[in-house]
Amino acid sequence: MRKRLIASAAILLGLGFLPQAQAQETVFMSTQLRPIEEAQKVRDVILKGFAGQAVYVTEQPQQLNVRMRAEAAAGRRTVSVIGALHGELQPLQPMGALDDISDVATKLADRGIPANLMNLGKLGGSTQVYIPWMQATYIMVANRQALPFLPAGADINALTYDQLKEWAKNVRERTGQRRLGFPAGPTGLMPRFFQGYLYPSYTGSAVSAFRSAEAEAMWTNFKDLWQYVQPNSTSYNFMQEPLLADEVWIAFDHVARVLDALRQRPNDFVTFPAPAGPKGRGYMPVVAGLSIAKDAPNRAGAVALIDHLSTARTQLVTAAEVGFFPVVKADLPADLAPGVRLAANAIALTQNARDALVSLLPIGLGDKGGEFNKVYIDTFTRIVLRNEPARAVLDREAENLRAIMNATAAPCWAPDPASTSACPVN
Amino acid sequence: MQARPAYLPYLLLAPSVLFLAALFLYPLAETILLSVRTAEGFSFDNYRRMAGDLNFASALGNTFLLVGVVVPLQIALALGLAQMLTKITRGREIVLWVWTIPMGVSDLAAGLVWLALLTDRGYVNSALFALGLIDGPTGWLSYETPVTLFVAIVLAEVWRATAIVLVILVAGFGLIPKEYGEAAEIFGATPWQRFTRVTLPLLKPSLQTALILRTVLAFEVFAVVFALGGRNFPVLVSEAYVWQFENQSYAVAAAYAVVVMAISLAATAIYLRVLRVKPEARL
Repeated sequence: MRKRLIASAAILLGLGFLPQAQAQETVFMSTQLRPIEEAQKVRDVILKGFAGQAVYVTEQPQQLNVRMRAEAAAGRRTVSVIGALHGELQPLQPMGALDDISDVATKLADRGIPANLMNLGKLGGSTQVYIPWMQATYIMVANRQALPFLPAGADINALTYDQLKEWAKNVRERTGQRRLGFPAGPTGLMPRFFQGYLYPSYTGSAVSAFRSAEAEAMWTNFKDLWQYVQPNSTSYNFMQEPLLADEVWIAFDHVARVLDALRQRPNDFVTFPAPAGPKGRGYMPVVAGLSIAKDAPNRAGAVALIDHLSTARTQLVTAAEVGFFPVVKADLPADLAPGVRLAANAIALTQNARDALVSLLPIGLGDKGGEFNKVYIDTFTRIVLRNEPARAVLDREAENLRAIMNATAAPCWAPDPASTSACPVN
Repeated sequence: MQARPAYLPYLLLAPSVLFLAALFLYPLAETILLSVRTAEGFSFDNYRRMAGDLNFASALGNTFLLVGVVVPLQIALALGLAQMLTKITRGREIVLWVWTIPMGVSDLAAGLVWLALLTDRGYVNSALFALGLIDGPTGWLSYETPVTLFVAIVLAEVWRATAIVLVILVAGFGLIPKEYGEAAEIFGATPWQRFTRVTLPLLKPSLQTALILRTVLAFEVFAVVFALGGRNFPVLVSEAYVWQFENQSYAVAAAYAVVVMAISLAATAIYLRVLRVKPEARL
């Protein structure tokens, strides 16, 4: 109790001060699960059963590297385990704040973490820097009433964009309604669909092939698909609402933004991976990883904590409590809430798809992230909604994209091939 | 009684002046600075980005169109309502009270109310469906139906903000001495002549206030439009919002804010000039 009080006081003070880490304590600092209810779930439920003594503290994402730098400069490390998104851990690597944890990766080899996710944890190098911790991603949800209209021979778990178009077309022809929906509203996550799904599936890239011939063909196809899309899509921010209203039968969105629909009416919906294009099944995992700080005060405790968090049991508890899904192979228990199970199934099918093509969240854009998204949504608006010629729009928006990449000097992230300087827009 | 020192009024005014200066003039200066500052120094780059943006022309056009339709409609409606109100004595307060209810509704709430009415499966469509006028959910607010979307926004704005004009005009009507109208009547003026030749000119100061207030507010229209139109009907302030919070570019958002302010100031100046009341013509 007292220790928790001290730890809470340290958080409140925000000074990064922690009492001299005692040998048995493992400080676990995370940029995820920060809201007070979630943090409390971590302390009371997720960390329960951990043999050692973990002190869970949270940190704002933008403060993470400031703090790691400050600790290094002060020569006194307090944090042992760092939990953060892939893109947040990446900048810590060049500053030497992360330990080589290849030994932990070997130890956890039997947990069944998919190789593509495990490889992300190497941050492009040869040694393991983080162990995938938990993930969220985008999934497709369909109302069961739409299933009879699936095109003949189509496997719902391995759809292509052409089959999705066919499906939406069938629905419109037979019901008279356009019932495919996308979250293209003002605060919807549509830009992520273009960056992580459509572009990678058609061009194998999100940035460098932005104005390629493949991209032009892709936009033409997507525009063709759009004639079967519910026109209110440009007002949808969370797809769970139109799904629950039966206004949309087939939807794409972030799992957290459809979860309510799945929880409320699990028997009415099916979930499945996003479609594939000529270059694969682009998908954007939101992966959080666990790293061990270099010179961690309690490395043994850190290894044990990562072990605890990577057990199938803890991962399932995490899914049920905070809505981030397992990265390890975990058989879903019978008593898992059916809505959560639907979401977890689609995520597992997506990441294990043979043609899965991992596309990361943008990395290194800083406060230009918003303008980066704008490039994609403007391109969509011009080509699809305003019927401007694709070639001219792509050339023009490529200028904006190039300016952003040059201003931030952000190197390419997957699936674009690695670059040493600013990611080029070819 | 002791004579008051000459500085007393200034002393008493000082807090409010300081308050406004700190919370209005200072942010205003900061906004203008923000809009002209770039990494390389001072320039109009942010304005160029704003003007070159996909949505700028439509936001500007939509804003003017909305102001041009909504404000005259509201003035005409409020004039009619206020005129009718002068004819009744019993229950006048209750009628006025009912008419001004929308003033108490926040503009976002008003937008959401109209959204609930007009969405595909909203109350309006349900009623139309029950009457057999439509055969299923029909969209009124999508990018494919710009006309009905615009009409919906106009309706919502008129519903929400006519009351403020009405209140100002009712007060203005109260200031007009009855004798003028009666004199005109004796000389054989028709009701229409009395309205255009006597009432309207005497109502000019109130009209001026109402027009300035409504027009400035109409140029700043945001919540109702955002709730009903979202991305489909950009206006200047919604674009400022999007640049600030979605695109995270404060400088371009500031440029929008400065443009909105300039337009509002210009509109105010025009009204002050056009509806000027000569000192000798004042009541």
